[in-house]
Amino acid sequence: MLDVADRTASARQRWPPRRPDARTLARAAVITVLLLFVLLALPQLLSLYYIDAMTQVAVYSMVALGLGVLVGRVGLVSLGQVAVLAIGAWVAARLLFATSMPYPVVLLEAGLITMVAGTVIGLPALRLRGLYLALITLMLAGAITVVLATVNFPNGGHGFTGYNGSSVHIPPIRRPSIAGGDPAYFRYAVVVAALMFLLAWAHIRTRPGRAWAAIRQSEPAALAAGINTTLYKLWAFALASFITGVAGGVLAGAVHYLYSIDFPTQDSITLLAVVLMGGAYSLWGAIIAALLLQLLPALLNNWGVSADWLTILFGIGVLQVLTTAPAGLADQAPKDLARLGRLLLALARRLAPSGGTR
Amino acid sequence: MTGTAGGVNAANGRVDVADLTVRYGGVTSLDGMSVTFEPGTCGLIGPNGAGKTTFFNVLSGFVRPAAGTVRAFGEDLLSIVHYRRARWGVRRTFQTEQAIEELSVFDNVAMVHEHSRLNGSSRVKDVLSAVSFVGLDVDPSTRVRTLSAGQRRLVEVARAVVGRPKLVLLDEPAAGLPDEETEHLGAVIRQIPEQTGALTILVDHDMSLVSACCATTAVLDFGKLIASGPTDEVLRDERVISAYLGTAEVS
Repeated sequence: MLDVADRTASARQRWPPRRPDARTLARAAVITVLLLFVLLALPQLLSLYYIDAMTQVAVYSMVALGLGVLVGRVGLVSLGQVAVLAIGAWVAARLLFATSMPYPVVLLEAGLITMVAGTVIGLPALRLRGLYLALITLMLAGAITVVLATVNFPNGGHGFTGYNGSSVHIPPIRRPSIAGGDPAYFRYAVVVAALMFLLAWAHIRTRPGRAWAAIRQSEPAALAAGINTTLYKLWAFALASFITGVAGGVLAGAVHYLYSIDFPTQDSITLLAVVLMGGAYSLWGAIIAALLLQLLPALLNNWGVSADWLTILFGIGVLQVLTTAPAGLADQAPKDLARLGRLLLALARRLAPSGGTR
Repeated sequence: MTGTAGGVNAANGRVDVADLTVRYGGVTSLDGMSVTFEPGTCGLIGPNGAGKTTFFNVLSGFVRPAAGTVRAFGEDLLSIVHYRRARWGVRRTFQTEQAIEELSVFDNVAMVHEHSRLNGSSRVKDVLSAVSFVGLDVDPSTRVRTLSAGQRRLVEVARAVVGRPKLVLLDEPAAGLPDEETEHLGAVIRQIPEQTGALTILVDHDMSLVSACCATTAVLDFGKLIASGPTDEVLRDERVISAYLGTAEVS
């Protein structure tokens, strides 16, 4: 007993370290600089066209984050996330027309209501995994799309659905008073997205993150460790749906008008593709996924290239990721850049006349 | 068949298995197994397919037996929901090692601790003492993915002993390990009952490990208990030898 206590005492001196190590500090510095650049400089540099595109990137980074939590952390494949986004947008639009509540409150409510709906969609996950879960969520998403197409998105009309088909003058969905213009709304969306990333990060770094990692690798091992796998799987769906619902609320204000045609079921499949390409195991992967999904089409559109080429590109991208870089671009790009750097360094040394070569 | 592995007059802290039967479709994996495990380290051996892992799965709650009871420390173990059994004190390792690769050594062990509702005990202290108890000499923030097979086994054992375990189940912990690591593991296993007070059941095919760790041993063959008692006697038992050589007549 003494022996163990002694060894523990010496271990306690080393661990856990009091101060964060250099790597953590560097990472925090990079994130801060990047966030400041995006908030302060980027809206000055970009045209309105690209500011709109970047607002969409902020929205879809949250959607990708939600799917990343499910796929990357818990190993649950959902093909219904765009339908969940539509629910969030619907709830937010309805609340924005029907009430005068402040925007953050509406976002919170949209998140919470979507959380309940999304958790119900996740109920099959308690019994199913892999392909069958993907199929069930896809079909539920299809059903939601049908319902949305029938009742339509709220446009300021009367009644429960708030839709008025005969209206000539359709009011736009309102934005927060502090973020009426497009650059300001972009900043607003980035701040909301940053908060959602913080929320996901806090989960991953603590008790639920550990439980999810165990469930993903082995459910028997998780159960043997005392983890209530049912609870934690539903928790993952709840978190993903909450984040996606908030994203829907931001989307509603961004576009001013919502149509059910903006949320096709097949977009959930494209979403999974870009999440895998970006990297489902990293929070950066969600940002890369959103850039691929929203900025790339905007660029192609601007260059006069049909965005339909993206379907082919994403297909090749997913193939590439599944065969050579299963952790996606977020993991592969730094490695490749480091390799490129070493290559260039070696090349520079060889070319330098007085580099100590014989 | 009824057997008693160990001393007769042990007080609390024992595990009584009575008439335990498990069927998978037409296959009977455990056939009326009755045995008592006394405090200390007990061996459980038998040829492949004898039902050893099935027995562990019953204790973990992964398999619901067709019949029989398990009383552990005076409680009806089978009435506890599977994920609550770790909180009660059932801990185990797996035949195919299941240290969680994505997590650090600390998080792997802390995960068990935080789901055990151990009020009034320091998590960091408990986790670090479990890690040092198994003799794992790495930084606790090291990711398990980067560890060797032997070190991962030790992480699993640390997970099994952290906090207040009552019943530690080790399923072939030494499988695939080199001799010196097996020896180290054996030394750790021998200390588990003394250090934690937990009853430890060791399943392994390495008879030298079993004899080194276990005072008593029970033998399963085709789901039936064919012998139990002091390890050296059991290993000399003709029925046990013939079961391992595959010439036993199963009644």
